[in-house]
Amino acid sequence: METNEDKQAFEPKVVAFLCNWCSYAGADSAGISRLKSPANILPIRVMCSGRVSPEMILRAFRSGADGVMVLGCHIGDCHYIDANHRTVKRVTLLQNLLGYTGINPDRLVLDWVSSSEGPKFAKVTRKFVEKVRELGPMAEEMGKSLPASKINVLVEEVAG
Amino acid sequence: MDVGRHPNIELLDYSEVVNVQGYVGNFQVKVRRKPRYVDTDLCTGCGLCTEACVLHGGGGRLLVPSEFEEGMGKRAAAYIPFDQAVPLKATIDPNSCLWLTKGKCSQKCMEVCGTDAIDFEMEETFVDFEVGSIVVATGYEMWDPEQIPDYGYGKSPNIITGLEFERLTNAGGPTQGEIKTAEGETPEKVAIIHCVGSRDERAHAYCSRFCCMYSLKQAHQIKEKTGAEVYSIYMDMRTFGKDYEEFYRRNREEGIQFIQGRPSQVTVDPESGRLFIDVEDIQLGQVLELDVDMVVLATAIEPPENADKIASTFGLGRTPDGWFAEAHPKLRPVETASAGVLLAGCAQGPRDVPDTVAHAGAAAAEVVQLFNQGEVTISPTIAEVNPAKCVGCGECILSCPYTAIWRNNDEKAEVNPALCQGCGTCVAACPSGAITALHFTDEEIVSQIDGLLKLVV
Repeated sequence: METNEDKQAFEPKVVAFLCNWCSYAGADSAGISRLKSPANILPIRVMCSGRVSPEMILRAFRSGADGVMVLGCHIGDCHYIDANHRTVKRVTLLQNLLGYTGINPDRLVLDWVSSSEGPKFAKVTRKFVEKVRELGPMAEEMGKSLPASKINVLVEEVAG
Repeated sequence: MDVGRHPNIELLDYSEVVNVQGYVGNFQVKVRRKPRYVDTDLCTGCGLCTEACVLHGGGGRLLVPSEFEEGMGKRAAAYIPFDQAVPLKATIDPNSCLWLTKGKCSQKCMEVCGTDAIDFEMEETFVDFEVGSIVVATGYEMWDPEQIPDYGYGKSPNIITGLEFERLTNAGGPTQGEIKTAEGETPEKVAIIHCVGSRDERAHAYCSRFCCMYSLKQAHQIKEKTGAEVYSIYMDMRTFGKDYEEFYRRNREEGIQFIQGRPSQVTVDPESGRLFIDVEDIQLGQVLELDVDMVVLATAIEPPENADKIASTFGLGRTPDGWFAEAHPKLRPVETASAGVLLAGCAQGPRDVPDTVAHAGAAAAEVVQLFNQGEVTISPTIAEVNPAKCVGCGECILSCPYTAIWRNNDEKAEVNPALCQGCGTCVAACPSGAITALHFTDEEIVSQIDGLLKLVV
């Protein structure tokens, strides 16, 4: 039986894809403003949230991430005109499909953080890490739904 | 006017850019030239056709509302838009000309024209240009104050916009510069309301920037020309430019009454037609009801209605308020995300005349710089196609926000390095993994993910 203490001890690993122009700068802004954002966030800088392919998100899960965040510029404010419209389509579609691989779709989140929104960066990351903490370790969840080996095969197939 | 005279400037009137292809230094531009029905090479701008136009009516009564006079004056169907128009040539309005709308007219304009410049057979034509750089200076439109009914615009002819007031006070305007109410009387009390549609969540959240100054100028003119009591109702007085604050001080010394507050409503008395303004003067902490003869609204400006189309034609981004996006709000205010396409004036955001002149000068300097260098520096973070892997499906072409990718003769995708901005959207879209985002390759990103996850236990 797992206890509350076990849950407290669990520190989720969250991979966050941050776009160079808005969210990465937003993370910087949070830092400069000395706002607390969780150390569980593992930032990956990409030029645009549109660069993030579904394969990359699955790859992060396979490599042991308990949650994945994709953060980009607000719609209408994309540095690359409308490349983040693609992000919305891709990430939403992947969220719908995640369930089939045995991954809780809540483990993937898409949000918009502009370069001036340091407080928002701190807020969304904190909220998401709390959410993933509640969901528990990824490995445990996979074990519950399908045998781990099968998950690996599935993810392997999709992620290549 | 200097533009019209300059030997190196070709001015295309009644024209619209319909298509832009290519990249910095090598743009191919297709322009639609709408029919003017007057050959500008032959027209001397004498105005005889205007006099002869059937719509001129008897006794000098012109029948079409004049756009230049903000509808307060009339014009004929054959007309010269205004006295300082460039080029100073006649044009025929296809929406009101009897011959063009109904096919019935005695065509007196053709009879009187001494140079046979009028040609009703004229049709729209397309012209192709090759240019190295493009400056987008498409300006702004006035916001329609009827959208917020509180201001009462449209309910009384004495509630007018700042632009309408400009015609009233102009010596060449419908009243020869005399400030008169719709009843033809000199007003005794006039209110000027600032921030109508600007700094207002119901319309535009931004400040339109130049209304404070023209409103002060108008207040000064009313005081000077009529001696009327002038109320200037403002939220904050934004006199940000050189000598602007001094002008505001002068207004105060002239006895113009400044009331800080946003009016809750302007009402029209149905019997007397008098105008009443309810406003809280926040400095006095008192609710006032002003009884005035005329209300001038300093309305907001907004991006032109077809800004969407312009943006997609030239590959421009737009900021959330709708203006065209500059490459960087502080450091690159004239360049855009598309190399070689520059912005000037209000196309990028509200600004007044001195700022527009400076902005346009900066855009021109950018063009000169581009041409002098003769080559452009591009970012190393761009996409590259591996033709051995590309199957020519075209997914990348659809996903590219810059039309930087095309299908070459081998039916493979090819990236134009001068157009590519390196967002990487095509890389994520490519189903066969044929595109690489240089400096952001799949291998690099995946190694980062794996490395970070291994590092953190």
